[in-house]
Amino acid sequence: MTAYVEHLTPFLRKTPFHPRIEALMHGSHWMRWTGHYSPAAFESVQSEYFTIRNGASVYDVSPLIKYRIRGRQAADYVNHLITRDLSKIKPMHAFYTAWCQDDGMLVEEGTIFRFGENDFLLNSAKDQLHWLEQVAYGFEVEIQEASNELCGLSLQGPQSRDVLRAFGINGIDHLPRFGILELELQGRWLRIDRAGFTGDLGYEIWVKPDDALWLWDRLFEVGRDHKIAPIGAQALETARIEAGFILIDVDYSGALHALRPSNRMSPYELGIGWTVNLNKEGYFVGKRALKREKEQGLSRYVLTGIEIEGRKPAPGSFLYADRKGRRELGLTTSACWSPTLKKNIAFARVPSAYAKPGTEMWIEIWYHKEHKIERSMVRCRAANRMFYDPPRKSA
Amino acid sequence: MTDAIIIGAGHNGLVTAAYLAKAGLKVKVLEGAPQVGGAAVTREFVPGYQVSSVAHLLHAMHPTIARDLNLARYGLDLKAERVSTRSLLPGGRSIDVGDAASIAALSRADAEAYPVVMSRLARMADALASYALHTPPRPDIAKMDWEGKLNLGKFAWAMRRLGRKDMLELTRILTMNVNDLAGDYFESEAVRGLLCFEGVLGLALGPRSPSTVFNLLYRLSSLGANGQGGLLLPKGGMGAVTHALAKAAQIAGATIRTSAAVDHILIENDAAAGVVLSTGEEVRAPRVVSNADPQRTALQFIGPRNLDTMFVSRIRHMRMNGCTAKIHLALDGLPEALTDRRGRIVVAPRPDDIERAYDCAKYGRVSDRPALELVIPTLSDPSLAPAGKHVASIVAQYCPYRIRETSVNEARRQIGERSLAVLEEVAPGIKQRVTAMEVLTPHDLEAQFGMSGGQWHHGEITLDQVLFLRPAGQAQDYRMPVPGVYLCGAGAHPGGNISGAPGYNAAREILKDVRARRVA
Repeated sequence: MTAYVEHLTPFLRKTPFHPRIEALMHGSHWMRWTGHYSPAAFESVQSEYFTIRNGASVYDVSPLIKYRIRGRQAADYVNHLITRDLSKIKPMHAFYTAWCQDDGMLVEEGTIFRFGENDFLLNSAKDQLHWLEQVAYGFEVEIQEASNELCGLSLQGPQSRDVLRAFGINGIDHLPRFGILELELQGRWLRIDRAGFTGDLGYEIWVKPDDALWLWDRLFEVGRDHKIAPIGAQALETARIEAGFILIDVDYSGALHALRPSNRMSPYELGIGWTVNLNKEGYFVGKRALKREKEQGLSRYVLTGIEIEGRKPAPGSFLYADRKGRRELGLTTSACWSPTLKKNIAFARVPSAYAKPGTEMWIEIWYHKEHKIERSMVRCRAANRMFYDPPRKSA
Repeated sequence: MTDAIIIGAGHNGLVTAAYLAKAGLKVKVLEGAPQVGGAAVTREFVPGYQVSSVAHLLHAMHPTIARDLNLARYGLDLKAERVSTRSLLPGGRSIDVGDAASIAALSRADAEAYPVVMSRLARMADALASYALHTPPRPDIAKMDWEGKLNLGKFAWAMRRLGRKDMLELTRILTMNVNDLAGDYFESEAVRGLLCFEGVLGLALGPRSPSTVFNLLYRLSSLGANGQGGLLLPKGGMGAVTHALAKAAQIAGATIRTSAAVDHILIENDAAAGVVLSTGEEVRAPRVVSNADPQRTALQFIGPRNLDTMFVSRIRHMRMNGCTAKIHLALDGLPEALTDRRGRIVVAPRPDDIERAYDCAKYGRVSDRPALELVIPTLSDPSLAPAGKHVASIVAQYCPYRIRETSVNEARRQIGERSLAVLEEVAPGIKQRVTAMEVLTPHDLEAQFGMSGGQWHHGEITLDQVLFLRPAGQAQDYRMPVPGVYLCGAGAHPGGNISGAPGYNAAREILKDVRARRVA
């Protein structure tokens, strides 16, 4: 009997936190993340979202792909790989950066951790070993996939620091944004960095897989008084749009995975041009193309934030220069109603002339209304994509 | 101040130097070896015996360049007699491509077909070669300048002029393997074997590998109007060609410095600033032109740290698997079969002989029975050896650069011994005449002449590595990605052979930049 359905046996991997997550899951809101079970939601997306903004949310980030980069010339290598200036990043700091192909098109953006002069860990959403090794030609560097060596929880929200304080993390009060802390607690190794995908105060806590359940249990034990709760990807989605963070495959296609070359985007087009340092010492992949793009104004559009009238979320909606929709400007990618800001927000690809905050555009939104699909054309305005930026994020 | 540095005084570097100097630029040529010439040199391999170290037959030197640079005045005799090719067969027989009766002895049909087929192929090759002195078109035609569009138009016209039948035939055969083509046209194995040999010469491919017809056409193109109209043995060996080029360059105003090996190109603010010699000395100039192959130029002189990743990968993966060894014999006399053979001799009697020779190379071994091309330059120029003595210069295929389970020394011994054994069969007695022997495997060619992989065309001539794909897509216009760095060697269009065409084209592109003030 089983021979017939063998191929139907679920094959997704379980992260070390899986037993605890599964125990709290209502229904079966799983989604796939790099071949792992990952929670999309537990019970109420809305209450999970408010945990991020008011309490201390816990999200399993173990499925992230991790590459360890070490070797005598690892720093030179990373500086050649990325668009940011590595010389400005001190050891025991994490940083957000882009990395590009020859023609300046974005391979991916993400966080790199620098532990020592020549010791790095790169987190990515997609498999990149082939690319990283191609770039490594001519450098004395060793690149190893380390995805299964660590597992981690992202602890985000205004009460996250209180939780860690209660957890007994010395020095958590002095950890600056993007700082990294390594310590031992109850005989177990921990790494804590102050970063996240919510645009709020928050931390990521990494442990060895064997210590995963201990971490979970201890966090929830000490976090009881600080509104600790697990969240899924759906709640996180709203938070990351409010924070203006782009997401691969939603807001852009990674250059190595894009099906059409024209679908690839440059950091300037994605509105993360600030990560490109054309003046840093040494060459980096894509520099000549990016310099040309910047100097000659070759960007085709820019991914800006927009604020839309009304309350109807507008993913994948067309933008126009005029109410009648005669002149098309571009398309939205991510979009949501922001419960905290009480605003209808979205990211939109528009010509850079329209990206200036306050510029008025029109957007055509199609929406469901009791078994009918209706269309409305409403006004929207360009805005800073970082819609939500509380002082506590970096305080 | 120097306007341009040329790395390497090979024939192409000297051609570029001469044209740039003629245009008024201050040009400095830096050559690592103690003499000019690169791989086009005449060297003494044993006391008293001299030979062209790498290429030994001149056919591709473009007449336009020879005329522009007045090479005849500087001692290069291009009016010398064109030599014929004779294929030696087992049992003391042979065919000579210039002698219909010798072919008719094997096949009357082939004797009749040979001149017709070869002139038809030559016509197609000539049409293709009309691009030799032009910069390859860009894949995005819209971005081409008017000159590029004009050249493309002229090329289309050259194709059109072939006529419907030949154009159709050209499209049929262009990607084919030479063994099938030979079978289409000829019945005797001797003629087919010879054609196959021409198709695989210089490639790590066998007669049944695709793209070998293209290599045949490529070779034929240098025997027509875009070359010397045939094969000639330059008096004084190949060194005479580069000496004439060096003189032409010097008289135009270029300076040449030998024993000045370049370690890397100096790059400042992402632009060429000069070169650094292996002694640490800096020589500065706003333009640096490399006559070295694309891999050495990009990976060593420029360095991967100054380049984009996909470009580096493309250059790294250029097929540079040298498969041809060079063997030089000092002979105290000639065996009967070779006396009075002033021309080119080929030992590749049947297509299958070459295919089997390639089978060995395909798996990383030296051919058990190599296919050979041989000339005895002392028959036309006795000054190359002591009186009454002779030199034989042999091209032996296949001796792969990528060898498995064989050391370089072992490969050197094998290709030498096995080539002599094959030769002994068709020219009995030659072994006893050998007083000294030099064998240059692809590894030796790489070490002595700086050709990556020992590939003497600076990259195999196959359809995927020519025209706008040479040395890599987007780098077909002689400009390297770093502003002010250019490629003028055989790794650029139109490729190998002693033609001077890449050097000529590079000079034109450099001068365009000079006029447009694109670089200081």
